[in-house]
Amino acid sequence: MKPIIKVENISKQYRLGNIGLNTIRDDFQRWLYRIQGKEDPLLKIGEVNNRKLKGSSEYVWALKDITFEVMPGDILGIIGENGAGKSTLLKILSKVTGPTTGRIDFNGRISSLLEVGTGFHPDLTGRENIFLNGAILGLNKREIRSRLDEIIDFSGCERYIDTPVKRYSSGMIVRLGFAVAAHLEPEILIVDEVLAVGDAEFQKKAVGKMQDVNVKEGRTVLVVSHNMTIMNELCNRGILLENGIIKCDTTINNAIFNHITSNNAVTEKKWLNGNAPGNDKIKLRKAYIINKENKPINHAYINEEIGFCAEYELLSELSFFTHGINVFNSMDIHLFSSHDNVEIEKDKKFKPGYYKTTVWIPANLLQSDYIKISFACMKYNPFEQLFHEINVLRLNVLEPEVSLTRNESYKGKLPGLIRPCLKWEERQLI
Amino acid sequence: MTSTNDTYSHSITPHNSLFDFRLAELWQYRDLVTLFVKRDFVAKYKQTVLGPVWFFIQPIFQSLVLTVAFGRMAGLPTDGIPPILFYLAGITAWNYFSNCLRATSNTFAANAHLFGKVYFPRVVTPISVVLSNLIQFGIGLLLFLIIYLYYMLTGSHFHPNNTLFLLPVLICSMGIMGLGLGMLISSLTTRYRDLQYLVDFGMQLLMYATPVIIPLSAIPVKYTPIMLINPMTGIIETFKYSFFGASIFSWQLLSYSIGFSISIFLIGFIIFNNTEKNFMDTV
Repeated sequence: MKPIIKVENISKQYRLGNIGLNTIRDDFQRWLYRIQGKEDPLLKIGEVNNRKLKGSSEYVWALKDITFEVMPGDILGIIGENGAGKSTLLKILSKVTGPTTGRIDFNGRISSLLEVGTGFHPDLTGRENIFLNGAILGLNKREIRSRLDEIIDFSGCERYIDTPVKRYSSGMIVRLGFAVAAHLEPEILIVDEVLAVGDAEFQKKAVGKMQDVNVKEGRTVLVVSHNMTIMNELCNRGILLENGIIKCDTTINNAIFNHITSNNAVTEKKWLNGNAPGNDKIKLRKAYIINKENKPINHAYINEEIGFCAEYELLSELSFFTHGINVFNSMDIHLFSSHDNVEIEKDKKFKPGYYKTTVWIPANLLQSDYIKISFACMKYNPFEQLFHEINVLRLNVLEPEVSLTRNESYKGKLPGLIRPCLKWEERQLI
Repeated sequence: MTSTNDTYSHSITPHNSLFDFRLAELWQYRDLVTLFVKRDFVAKYKQTVLGPVWFFIQPIFQSLVLTVAFGRMAGLPTDGIPPILFYLAGITAWNYFSNCLRATSNTFAANAHLFGKVYFPRVVTPISVVLSNLIQFGIGLLLFLIIYLYYMLTGSHFHPNNTLFLLPVLICSMGIMGLGLGMLISSLTTRYRDLQYLVDFGMQLLMYATPVIIPLSAIPVKYTPIMLINPMTGIIETFKYSFFGASIFSWQLLSYSIGFSISIFLIGFIIFNNTEKNFMDTV
């Protein structure tokens, strides 16, 4: 099959800083080269776009040599950190801005939804704004009129449809805007992080609509979102962008896994100074992960036991307290919580000093995923939290080459939140 | 997919070709033009008590002020026409041109938010601005005609003549001159905004270099070349001549104005067209 979109070597250069006399100098230089028929000299400079590092050049590449193809009927998810170039890519695809170099070819109409309700005028009624927004997105009056009832129905704003939109709640504006966009019926739909707004019911409706458009009408959808749960559910392919470069172009599962495991793992932390987690009596000093040989590790396998260690300092005598951890997966789903189950001794005191607590997470419990651990110290009767440090450590838990929890002949990823090793029995009955 | 392997219906490349005007695409968006016109018009007078009556009030007061200031106090001649009518004619025509130019000259800056989120031919915006100003001008012209008829019936002597048939040409000419200059300025100001400040007071200066207040016949000879270079002079003078038969009319002057309008429109359009692709990065 022939791809519906073909992106070849797309790059986008941006200039940082303010526009002033320096820009005149560069513009002049560019113009001089252009009239001599030479290549733009400023395209040769420019650095990889990493917003965290200080660079020496005023020019950066927001996108560099992006090449990929999209097949008709794909739902392609584009993921990456803030500033990775996702929105720039969508902007170029929607013709809001041009590429610096490269070429994109596509078939059919591209409709892009970079924002919900673009061009809504607060003084116009909902109905008038449907026409205006529809026309901005490229429909003519006849097309909008024929879909008007469906749009109003989908938005769920029937009662307000002849009221100026400035009287609408922000959620209603989003609903109305998405309703228009969802009925555009383009061959290619581009959606940028618009699902972040709106309530849960609406998000469900929107995701459902996008799947509908894809499955029933065979249309192609490109989505950018930071909500990995939605992306996982919606997309079949994923592109991971990192600093303007495609890091991987694979299935959505792999792309998400690569994204969340890329450089976020933190398996050891130390706090020496005053801003350590805790209060004036207790300070967390160190947290790290160990294996069952008590060696610190920076990643783990699902079939091995791992220990989470926390070292803390008591600055003054404290009455009895205990500890707990919370474990979340990469989608921020709370997997489980565990509390130190020692017998509560009301009269026990802890003397000032340096303590260490270790909690063991058994083998064959965690799924191959990226987990986040939070650690808390608290008192019971009355309950009081001394501190609760969210996201103390983040750890990649990997699938080993050989695993008891998976049949060797199956190579794909096993679904589910946990990976227990269960006992199976089979016997012939008759 | 019956087409051969490497043909695509659309493509995106770094630069537009200089003379690719994509008029067919513009035609597809004609409904957007009318909706923008309607939006501008409706939104302007929503939540006002007098509504469109404001279209009348503005030029009336402007002419009254001019009548008192220039007619009565300074005693400037008006070619024998009742001053209020003379000024109203000049103001009505001039305001159309000036409103078109001012409103289109910040197209990119004023619509940056919209342009940054969705693609449509950018030229839709200035065209709809000129059209909604045309409606406003039509209302102003109606007011002028009412007062004109009143003076005619009460015995003032005018000589409306067959140059009145040129009226549509004059209106078009002013519209596309305002549009052309506006597009040119808005393209030049996406990167360097300096020009934007020039427009406001530049328009005021230009009004005095146009026979809006002082008739061309009353300008001292040594200043007439400045007036004659100004492409608006021919249009305003012809406008007055066609209604009153009293100003200066020459085909030469008018042709110059029309020729200027068309050329500036083409230049403005080409430059605008080449700016629209990447303006988002600099605006």
